[in-house]
Amino acid sequence: MSKILEKEFFSKNVVKIVLDAPEIARSRKPGHFVIIKMGEKGERIPLTIASADAEKGTVTLVIQKVGVTSDKLSRLEVGDEVTDVVGPLGKATHLENVGTVLCAGGGVGVAPLLPIVEGLKKAGNRVVTILAARTKDLIILEDQMREYSDEVIIMTDDGSYGTKGLVTAGMEEVINREKVNMSVVIGPAIMMKFAALTTKKYNIETVASLNTIMVDGTGMCGACRVSVGGKTKFVCVDGPEFDAHQVDFDEMLSRLSAYQDQESAAYQKYLQTVEA
Amino acid sequence: MENIIEYLKAERAQDWRAELRKSMKAKERTSRERVQMPEEDPFVRNKSKIEVNIGLTAEAAVLEAQRCLDCPDPTCITGCPVGINIPKFIKNIEAKNFAGAAVTLKETNALPAVCGRVCPQEKQCEIVCFYTIKLNKVPVAIGHLERFAADWERNSGKMAIPETEKANNVKVAVIGSGPAGLAAAGDLAKFGYDVTVFEALHEIGGVLKYGIPEFRLPNELVDTEIEVMRKMGIKFRVNFIVGKTASFDDLKKEGFQAFFVGSGAGLPRFMNIPGENYNGIFSSNEYLTRVNLMNAADPEFDTPVISGNKVAVIGGGNTAMDSVRMAKRLGADESMIIYRRSEVEMPARVEEVKHAKEEGIIFMNLHNPLEYYADENGRVKSMKIQKMELGEPDASGRRRPVPIEGSEFIVDVDTVVVSVGVSPNPLIPAALSDLKCTDWGTIVVDKETMQSSIPEIFAGGDIVRGGATVILAMGDGRTAAAGMHKYIQEKIKAN
Ligand SMILES: Cc1cc2nc3c(=O)[nH]c(=O)nc-3n(C[C@H](O)[C@H](O)[C@H](O)COP(=O)(O)OP(=O)(O)OC[C@H]3O[C@@H](n4cnc5c(N)ncnc54)[C@H](O)[C@@H]3O)c2cc1C
Ligand SMILES: Cc1cc2nc3c(=O)[nH]c(=O)nc-3n(C[C@H](O)[C@H](O)[C@H](O)COP(=O)(O)OP(=O)(O)OC[C@H]3O[C@@H](n4cnc5c(N)ncnc54)[C@H](O)[C@@H]3O)c2cc1C
Ligand code: SF4
Ligand code: SF4
Ligand code: FES
Repeated sequence: MSKILEKEFFSKNVVKIVLDAPEIARSRKPGHFVIIKMGEKGERIPLTIASADAEKGTVTLVIQKVGVTSDKLSRLEVGDEVTDVVGPLGKATHLENVGTVLCAGGGVGVAPLLPIVEGLKKAGNRVVTILAARTKDLIILEDQMREYSDEVIIMTDDGSYGTKGLVTAGMEEVINREKVNMSVVIGPAIMMKFAALTTKKYNIETVASLNTIMVDGTGMCGACRVSVGGKTKFVCVDGPEFDAHQVDFDEMLSRLSAYQDQESAAYQKYLQTVEA
Repeated sequence: MENIIEYLKAERAQDWRAELRKSMKAKERTSRERVQMPEEDPFVRNKSKIEVNIGLTAEAAVLEAQRCLDCPDPTCITGCPVGINIPKFIKNIEAKNFAGAAVTLKETNALPAVCGRVCPQEKQCEIVCFYTIKLNKVPVAIGHLERFAADWERNSGKMAIPETEKANNVKVAVIGSGPAGLAAAGDLAKFGYDVTVFEALHEIGGVLKYGIPEFRLPNELVDTEIEVMRKMGIKFRVNFIVGKTASFDDLKKEGFQAFFVGSGAGLPRFMNIPGENYNGIFSSNEYLTRVNLMNAADPEFDTPVISGNKVAVIGGGNTAMDSVRMAKRLGADESMIIYRRSEVEMPARVEEVKHAKEEGIIFMNLHNPLEYYADENGRVKSMKIQKMELGEPDASGRRRPVPIEGSEFIVDVDTVVVSVGVSPNPLIPAALSDLKCTDWGTIVVDKETMQSSIPEIFAGGDIVRGGATVILAMGDGRTAAAGMHKYIQEKIKAN
């Protein structure tokens, strides 16, 4: 059981919660995630630890509502408890000073990108961050990102905010403008696929953090498997970060959609019950 | 050894046993047929969660107990990894002292209701019963009787709480709550230690909960045993991964003096053949975890599972049998085993293979998958398999399967469960760089004490054996508890 100590909406669909989880707060490093489960009938979902305070014993999660579990979580209030929280899971991000790092986050990927941007900055890098979304309302965590980035570039598909265009256009602009030593891309699989193709053209080492479907998060089930360099890897224990140029994103995209019909039906049903 | 034999002799010499032996002629005992375990109808049970074996009635149990000859040299005991005093518990059943039978079981086995159900008796105690080795007859149904006595105790509502020695206030940690960890925790508590069990998942029980299905081992029964352990003062911490949530050093600072690692064989193996990552292809761990631990088949629960009409399960072990029978229960029209050797070599319990056949499972023995094909959505739609034949025996002593060239053909499937084994859980070895492990990732221990290369760390179960049985894991847990007790007491004396 972990109590919710703070809660704040960043936008209609994005919420930050601060949980009381002293052991996890003490052990966690940037790049780690937790698995949470709500109630006896809940499912287990992975969420990145956006930040933590070892002294206060708290961890912060930033959740984007996309389905039943993320929605349920967003409806909990300060003082409520999350039944199960386990972690920290995954391998920590390898943080060193490489020079200039281009970070690109899209949609759900912006939350897990935040602690990495923070870590890279603290390691002494110049950090240029691109936040991309379909439209203005979906741009999240802009202020938090500005705090740790030397520059933040906003890209929207419809041009309602920042520059009109896809994330890859913004990336190319930066790459053509200055020497980029490394890139970190996190977002929907399709975005990471094209971002990786872009940096590959320029031979820039690129890390992607993969958000596959998970069950246990401890290497026991294989639900999270992906092909990296032709070999099967488990995202929860071998990742979540991998060399983006080696990841088979098409396979990952397909695997992410495995439960799409069931999940959207369940979400519709859930929304009817909460709105009724 | 000496004193065990003396103890068995003394027990056997007690008046009540001597009288029972005299009460019926040996001839009469051996001429009886073994009682049959009543089972649910195959075509009813293969659509539900209900347990397949119903359990013996008291009358049937007494009849079966009468078959046991109360041998002067009870060879059956040598086949049981925890050395249950088998004739003593069986004669208690014959004397209708069912509570006494349960107490006898608990002397050496913390989870008799579990073992009576899942032990491969035909390879352990029953294969060395006097009936099997000397009379060439069907052995006494030791497993069924064990289950009967344990169930009787549970249903009586008077579960005996094992006595514990005076609390010594020494903290010890047990990592993993599978059978190895539970057995170790039980014994450590009896010795008077302050025991905390750490479990990575949100439920206690290890494979007993997430792996073995309800139709073979109801969860409720595992929970009852855990309740007893709580009453013995054992603490449980779920959602706690030792090596991640806290390190061994953190725990030492909290005062833990010694550790038992029973972290199991967590890592599923795949075959690395083309198409294995298509949707609809699972490891058996994922498939069974979704259904058993997460209740995915129940629409009230949030976790989904996809399971289709034509399901192929690759493998021939208990895990494969559980998966293939689960697929049937989730609605498959055709649910088949694809196994590269023949039925003789199957590692699964004989009873499970029998039950699977009754339930309409198709067995494609001597077949091996080569490749999977998917539809336009990335969901598996068919697979290529090859016929095999048996060649010379290999290192395991089983005849090696050899592919028959040109025998490949395509089978339509929409779900595949890969059940070709698991590797040791890497979490603990990864957290302790100086822990001595084998090339396969199992922890190296001293067989007498289960002590690892790090003196305060002991280990047992699948993390040491690579993959074994519930009862072997429990036996390890008990040996380790004794080893830890000795280690800690010597350390205390030295200070
Ligand atoms: C290591 C890791 C870290 C993550 N960190 C965060 C985080 O910090 N914040 C956050 O909001 N999310 C994060 N995610 C994603 C998060 O786990 C999913 O959004 C969540 O599981 C959705 O559950 P649900 O029941 O709400 O929706 P579901 O009903 O499971 O899904 C709803 C819809 O979203 C799609 N979907 C499901 N899972 C994902 C996914 N992983 N990525 C993209 N689309 C998906 C499905 O196709 C479906 O149509 C992370 C995932 C991983 C693997
Ligand atoms: C589907 C299936 C069917 C089976 N059927 C039979 C059968 O019929 N008969 C039989 O005798 N055997 C059977 N077996 C084998 C038997 O279940 C195992 O040999 C036995 O469970 C091993 O016990 P264990 O305690 O070593 O490990 P497990 O039962 O695997 O338990 C290990 C536990 O440790 C936890 N853990 C791991 N690492 C950590 C950590 N770092 N911190 C905290 N917790 C951790 C895991 O989450 C897990 O709960 C079956 C196995 C499976 C998978
Ligand atoms: S624990 Fe297993 S091996 Fe031992 S007597 Fe019982 S069924 Fe036989
Ligand atoms: S060997 Fe068989 S008959 Fe003899 S005591 Fe054991 S169970 Fe009974
Ligand atoms: S989530 Fe189960 S192995 Fe990664």
